[in-house]
Amino acid sequence: MFGTALIVFREVFEAALVVSIVAAATRGLAQRLRWISGGVVAGIIGAMLVALFADAIARFASGVGQELFDAGILFAAVGMISWHVLWMSAHGKAMARELGAVSAAVKSGSSPPSALLFVVAIAILREGSEIVLFLYSLSAGGASVPVLVAGSILGIAAGAAAGLALYLGLLRIPPGKMFSATNSLLVLVAAGMASQGAHFLIQADLLPTLGAPLWDSSVLVANGSVTGQALHALVGYDARPSGMQMLFFAVVLVGIGAAMLMQRRKKAPPAKMDRVASPQLG
Amino acid sequence: MKVMSAIALLLGLAELVGCSQEKLPEQDLVIEGHRFTPSEITISAGQKVRIKVNNRDDASEEFDSDSLGREKVVPAKSSGFVVIGPLNPGKYPFQGEFHHETAQGMVIVQ
Repeated sequence: MFGTALIVFREVFEAALVVSIVAAATRGLAQRLRWISGGVVAGIIGAMLVALFADAIARFASGVGQELFDAGILFAAVGMISWHVLWMSAHGKAMARELGAVSAAVKSGSSPPSALLFVVAIAILREGSEIVLFLYSLSAGGASVPVLVAGSILGIAAGAAAGLALYLGLLRIPPGKMFSATNSLLVLVAAGMASQGAHFLIQADLLPTLGAPLWDSSVLVANGSVTGQALHALVGYDARPSGMQMLFFAVVLVGIGAAMLMQRRKKAPPAKMDRVASPQLG
Repeated sequence: MKVMSAIALLLGLAELVGCSQEKLPEQDLVIEGHRFTPSEITISAGQKVRIKVNNRDDASEEFDSDSLGREKVVPAKSSGFVVIGPLNPGKYPFQGEFHHETAQGMVIVQ
């Protein structure tokens, strides 16, 4: 039972971290509970569908369908997070002032925080489909179903508890700094997802590695350790990353950062021209 | 929007790279009775290798290796492949995550 619980925990843990960051990042937004629970439900249904069609997905695109699928949904999540973060950096200040109040943009329905519904759904779908396949595989092998169920419940409870702990930790951040903190976390999560997507394309031999591994930190933090997994969910940690993974990570980080700066510059009042003539030398 | 088009561009590039990929040396790996055969695969350093995983069991399996950085679900009665390398000399254990008590193997890079 504990073997089952451990594997289920490992999958739930990563999804739970992403969901708790999303939950903290959308604090004070109208209907966020509906979005998040909608994302959870859609993720669970998606996980079952993906597990059901695992065979067909695996066969697709001459055997690399699974990698293309994983990379595709990861890149979609990167897009959704970018959209959300940019929207928040435009509206976040007003929201931080009146945390809990419904901002005009949210009321008018133009708010992309619903984009995070997809991010929650995708996080759960990816990890959940592995749980479904794993449990199905064990029960097909004759494992006792009550033991599997008990182990799964234990694993899910432990993973959810870890997510809840992170959420409660994030809530302790003062409201004024809350959104910049959760937005920074989301940008890191997005960059990490891009790097994971690149990793899948390398596994499918669709992208070159550009040097692999760049380093090996598995002695310090192994991929399979709890710390390694937490860092994997938060920043896409890989103990032996390839150059291509780092490139994807950097492109998303710099890309979202630059877009936020441009947005801020657009909003700022035009700078006054102090100097009429160019300074004269000599 | 910019990010989306960048992603589309990258996927397009990936497609091009995929089309031009060279023929890689292939290595067969069979899963039967939740065990890998052969349980040891020897490849040369700096070489990319395509491992064809053929799952003959009635249960799906996940080819999983922390050290190789690979994770791939191979459904029951089907096969899939994983490209590994180029690697430095050393030992790289792998396992079938769903039945790791018995499904253990090792890639030896020389």
